[in-house]
Amino acid sequence: GDVAAAGSQGPVRGARSERPARESARAGGPQLIVIPTHKAPRGWARAEPAMAYHQGYGGQGSKHRGRGPLVPPAPDPHQLFDDTSAGFPHAQGTPGSGIDMGFNTLLADPMANVAVAYGSSIASQGKDIVHKEIHRFMSVNRLKYFFAVDTAYVTKKLALLLFPYAHQNWEVRYSRDTPLTPRQDINAPDLYIPSMAFITYILLAGIALGLQQRFSPEVLGMCASTAFVWVVIEVLALLLSLYLVTVQSDLTAFDLLAYSGYKYVGMILAVLGGLLFGSDGYYVALAWTSCALMYFLARSLRMKLHPSLVPDGMGHPRGAGRGQTYVTLGAAACQPLIVYWLTFHLVR
Amino acid sequence: AAAMAFTLYALLQAALLFVNAIAVLHEERFLRNVGWGTEQGIGGFGEEPGIKAQLMNLIRSVRTVMRVPLIAVNSITIVLLLLFG
Repeated sequence: GDVAAAGSQGPVRGARSERPARESARAGGPQLIVIPTHKAPRGWARAEPAMAYHQGYGGQGSKHRGRGPLVPPAPDPHQLFDDTSAGFPHAQGTPGSGIDMGFNTLLADPMANVAVAYGSSIASQGKDIVHKEIHRFMSVNRLKYFFAVDTAYVTKKLALLLFPYAHQNWEVRYSRDTPLTPRQDINAPDLYIPSMAFITYILLAGIALGLQQRFSPEVLGMCASTAFVWVVIEVLALLLSLYLVTVQSDLTAFDLLAYSGYKYVGMILAVLGGLLFGSDGYYVALAWTSCALMYFLARSLRMKLHPSLVPDGMGHPRGAGRGQTYVTLGAAACQPLIVYWLTFHLVR
Repeated sequence: AAAMAFTLYALLQAALLFVNAIAVLHEERFLRNVGWGTEQGIGGFGEEPGIKAQLMNLIRSVRTVMRVPLIAVNSITIVLLLLFG
């Protein structure tokens, strides 16, 4: 959006020098451009507020168009003749011959210029509206935090998801009250791995179904929506249980979405094992990834829900800590069930 | 085969039915007899309301908040189901 607006402002700005002269000559031409006239001044004023002569220019243009095809209007002082340096000399001449000869260029370029300016103004207006609407539902900055990853983080996190038993420090580090981005802290949850793993899982499911001659494009869509719906159900159940247990934690819905989405990595491995090594490979991979995922989730959630368990903290174990432990263990225990449910029909 | 093949539409339908079920629980005729009335839950200003109190709070707030939107959403769903099956 930004690049397009900047790019479209380039030729507009460059062509503006030729437009005043062409506008005056075009008043004798066919009245093709009807729509943007009453809107152009406002749009141009918003698109480039720095250009002071915009509104006057646009107003002049509409006035010229409305005047009728008879008189080539005298150049009024608002049109800067200094800018028509590179200009088209025939545009200053007799309007009839100019329009006949340069019909195509006169018609194509001004119309294209006006269309580009109108389009860029409409695009910026639309972008503002879309931003406002989206900001009402979710905070884009919060979402950007989850996608601030780099390659080193992704590789380390994948290794951690598959072998979490060696990791010592599970704490999410903070810097001035805001959690560190995934780039700087391996314990931070991210949404990049879950979304990529989700797409990979759908493709793998397509391959697996194709190997069994059960493939069709509708099945792919059904598989995708099923997996997504199960994750949404799990996130809602987690939110509900966390609310009931009155936990004061900073686990937002996106955090829970990230933690639930990590099971896609396990699903991918299970399906791969099943495809490569048959049924035995599937169960071995399923067991391994389930254990790793349960351990990973239990440690991560416990660290996030129990700030009092920080070694140097002075927290006292509250009674609600029991509920938190139940929620953590329950969430961890549900993972292999969901993984099994979503993948066993792919490996026969 | 995919035993429970969900679509997003099924999820929306299930959520709507669930919220309807919560909204239908009548305060006087039913919840008080079971012991889940709201006056019995809000006792004291202690730290931990407990799971039962939280549930009662949740039911009451769902009933209060979702009453009017549920009317609208239910009407739309009924019309759509009648038209499109």
